[in-house]
Amino acid sequence: MSATTPTAPAPVTPDPAGRGSAVGRVLGSRWLPLAVGGALVVLAAVLPLLAIEIPGILPGPTYMPGTLQLLSLCLIFAALALSYHLLFGTAGMLSFGHALYFAVGAYGLGIILQRTDMTLVPAIALTVLVGIVVALGLGAVSLRVAGISFAMVTLAFAQAGNVLVRRNAWLTGGEEGLRLNTTNVPEFLVGVLNTRNVYWLALALLVIVFLVVAWFERSRAGHVAVATRENELRVRVLGLRPFSARLVVFVIASALAVLTGTVYFILQSGVTPRASSADFTLTLLVMVVLGGVGSRWGAIVGAVVYTLLDQRLSALASSDAVASLPDVLRIPLSEPLFILGTLFILVVLFLPGGIAGTVRRVGSGRRATRAARDRLEEAE
Amino acid sequence: MSATSATDARTPSGSSAAGPILTVSSLSAKIKGQQVVEEVSFEVPATGVTALLGRNGVGKTSTIKAILGLIDRRGRVEFAGERIDGLPTFRIVQRGVGYVPEDREVFAGLTVAENLRLAERGGRPGARRALVDELFPDLVQRAQQSAGSLSGGQQQMVSLGRALVNENRLLLVDEPTKGLAPLIVQDVADALERAAQTVPILLVEQNLQVVRQLADTVVVIEAGRVVHRGLAAEFLDDEALVTRLLGVHAEADAPDAHPDDQNGGTR
Amino acid sequence: MSTVILLLITGLGLGALYFLVASGLSLIYGLMGVLNFAHGSFLTLGAFAGFELTRRLGGDRWEVFLASLVLGAAVGAAFAALTELLLIRRLYERHIEQALVTVGLSLATVALFEGIWGTDPIYVTAPDWLGGTTSILGATIPNNRFVLIIAAVLVLVGIVAFLRFTRFGLIIRAGVENRSMVTALGIDVRKAFTVVFAIGGAAAGLGGVLASHYFGYVSAHLGGSLLIFAFIVTVIGGLGSLAGAAIASVAVAVLQQFANYYWGVGDLVVVLMLAGVLLLRPSGILGKKVHA
Repeated sequence: MSATTPTAPAPVTPDPAGRGSAVGRVLGSRWLPLAVGGALVVLAAVLPLLAIEIPGILPGPTYMPGTLQLLSLCLIFAALALSYHLLFGTAGMLSFGHALYFAVGAYGLGIILQRTDMTLVPAIALTVLVGIVVALGLGAVSLRVAGISFAMVTLAFAQAGNVLVRRNAWLTGGEEGLRLNTTNVPEFLVGVLNTRNVYWLALALLVIVFLVVAWFERSRAGHVAVATRENELRVRVLGLRPFSARLVVFVIASALAVLTGTVYFILQSGVTPRASSADFTLTLLVMVVLGGVGSRWGAIVGAVVYTLLDQRLSALASSDAVASLPDVLRIPLSEPLFILGTLFILVVLFLPGGIAGTVRRVGSGRRATRAARDRLEEAE
Repeated sequence: MSATSATDARTPSGSSAAGPILTVSSLSAKIKGQQVVEEVSFEVPATGVTALLGRNGVGKTSTIKAILGLIDRRGRVEFAGERIDGLPTFRIVQRGVGYVPEDREVFAGLTVAENLRLAERGGRPGARRALVDELFPDLVQRAQQSAGSLSGGQQQMVSLGRALVNENRLLLVDEPTKGLAPLIVQDVADALERAAQTVPILLVEQNLQVVRQLADTVVVIEAGRVVHRGLAAEFLDDEALVTRLLGVHAEADAPDAHPDDQNGGTR
Repeated sequence: MSTVILLLITGLGLGALYFLVASGLSLIYGLMGVLNFAHGSFLTLGAFAGFELTRRLGGDRWEVFLASLVLGAAVGAAFAALTELLLIRRLYERHIEQALVTVGLSLATVALFEGIWGTDPIYVTAPDWLGGTTSILGATIPNNRFVLIIAAVLVLVGIVAFLRFTRFGLIIRAGVENRSMVTALGIDVRKAFTVVFAIGGAAAGLGGVLASHYFGYVSAHLGGSLLIFAFIVTVIGGLGSLAGAAIASVAVAVLQQFANYYWGVGDLVVVLMLAGVLLLRPSGILGKKVHA
């Protein structure tokens, strides 16, 4: 289609697959994602009651605490990746400091539980509130710049947070980390045997985060944020304010990360400074890109795949099979991050749309690769 | 507006029988998703000056950039019989195309001499260095001066010099007199006239007096499409046509008598 | 007074180290728009190469030490050039993807280093003088600081000379200002990309060997821990400006030393400096205009 006049802003509503093919038409219908999503949630909810085994991927049958622990971790990181997707994928804000809010959630809840008599739910609420305040403050400051400068400022603040965490051992446990004080935590969430309750909590978290992200993206504010990503000038010309739109997105994404951090703290019964490191944000970035930038379920899939891979590769690394290999093979295979890093490089080079983008290509052909690359670059 | 191809460019008298040096067919280009050049087709004869005219914002600079591959383009571009539309910019330029960009784009942090040296292909002294020195004695004097500290007119000399210093087979010159004082405008026009004796030029210009001095043929663009081609003299004499295609103030065109604007044409 | 001298000179030494890393980062970003997260790995590999050489040949001889410096620089340059040729080039003009690819590379290489050399820090041996100290105006200064400072000055002079007097240098200087105009003059800037990566890698590799003596050990995370500071310094000095990187390296390192000594908050001060600079002057002290 040729345009003789300046083109209208590109359509914002997500289009899971291209138009035209029969598969595309089915996949493109509005109710299918909802139906599939609902079915997946139900399936996930009953998993702890079943004895499904996926050897090589899951460490055991799905009713075992160990497996549920791993699956809960997947769900939590999926929620975190979703919150990062909102920031980076939807609003195009490349942040290197998202882990800070995750850490605020985990450490915040830990500190409140340790030092006050608050019960769990109010403690979580308070933590999220604190997170919102921090995000408002840091966000208002960081968003005065954009692009690379914004990324660097977020990195700087996250680094500061990391340093604060490490240095104030009296409050945060320093390098050792903070342990969960179970005094005011409901019984049913504590202990190995109750892992499946925490699993359900994590599932609820993911659903909530997903709904918030989806609702926001469909809202007017969300549309403004997307438009800001694609063409800031146009947004200004329309009399809207990119700064406000970005700040709103920033605060929501950060608040969701804080919430995710609290659930993580409960699951792991503690937290270590690694959660606030720049490395961790980069891991998040890897998850989102792996799954496919700009796609909600891509972020979920990317997080789940990454977490499972990380776990499985770690198990593989310490296995006997690998130990018996010659050095040339043994050394790379005994380092999960090496394989993940290499995988990531390959994805960026050859599958720029990530997993979601590759699936999309099934429906709409080669043009999607070009579009996927352009999509990534819009984040500048 | 449909393309009124009044006459296809009749080659000016005295030219060789060689075909056009540049043939553009159905050239289209986009910037950030917006169509800026739409199915543009024209030819540049192997001698003389062809002026690319049109109102502001109409797609003239984009056309030049599309020919050079500086922006995404589709369509067919042939230079001296060879297709260049798929080549990267530097290869096109290496084939013998000189470029004088709008806003000059001299390297402010480099000296005049360094700007010229950078342009000399292969790092060897340019074949036409003597001509450049002759045309712009001022630059010879200011060889060690940083290009960023030059006046607008001097920077324009540098920019022209960069394109002239090699033996090019075509020059693409984009608004060389923009923002220059009348005296300097004349200097630039004279230098171009001198250059045109040995190399064909595709010239984008708003200043119609300069066009009248230099151009043999004109191509007029509107909304990214060609709307007129023909001999320059005929076109410029037709006041009604000029006003219609280029706007009411077109012929009242004393050049924009702004004194030399701020230093530094770099982006 | 002697404390101040000590802090100043050790600050200069640290600043020299920052500069060795930041110089490459700055040039690479300035010319190519690439945020190179793998730069730390260039440093680490150079450090390990230097370490392996001294391990085999005996670390207390001066010739071996000097050879380790050269080897570190060479290895860093080679690694960097390969990275550019195999990974960065394929993603020409796609800056976010290029940055992402360097993220993946940094993750993979650090893991690989851990696999090969283990996770514990490995102590290095050096000629006796390096481990000793010299007294200046009452302050006792570890000698390796002097070597660092000299090395950084030499690198700075070397790069500046390269940029001033060679054709590649000319191309790079012009390209940092206006990349597309350079191509419009018929020059293939991509060759300059490899050269810039190689230069950055060489400086980083050299810095790696020197860092191993500064800290007293090598480890897989040596580069990473310095990289954050190098990024900060690069941004403060202005992405793309070598002079800016030099000034910022010294300023940040000296301030960090003082802040650390008197109040123990050196790291925080650095971070605050970055935030401050970015908010007041987004393009850094001497940087080219960053499009916001």
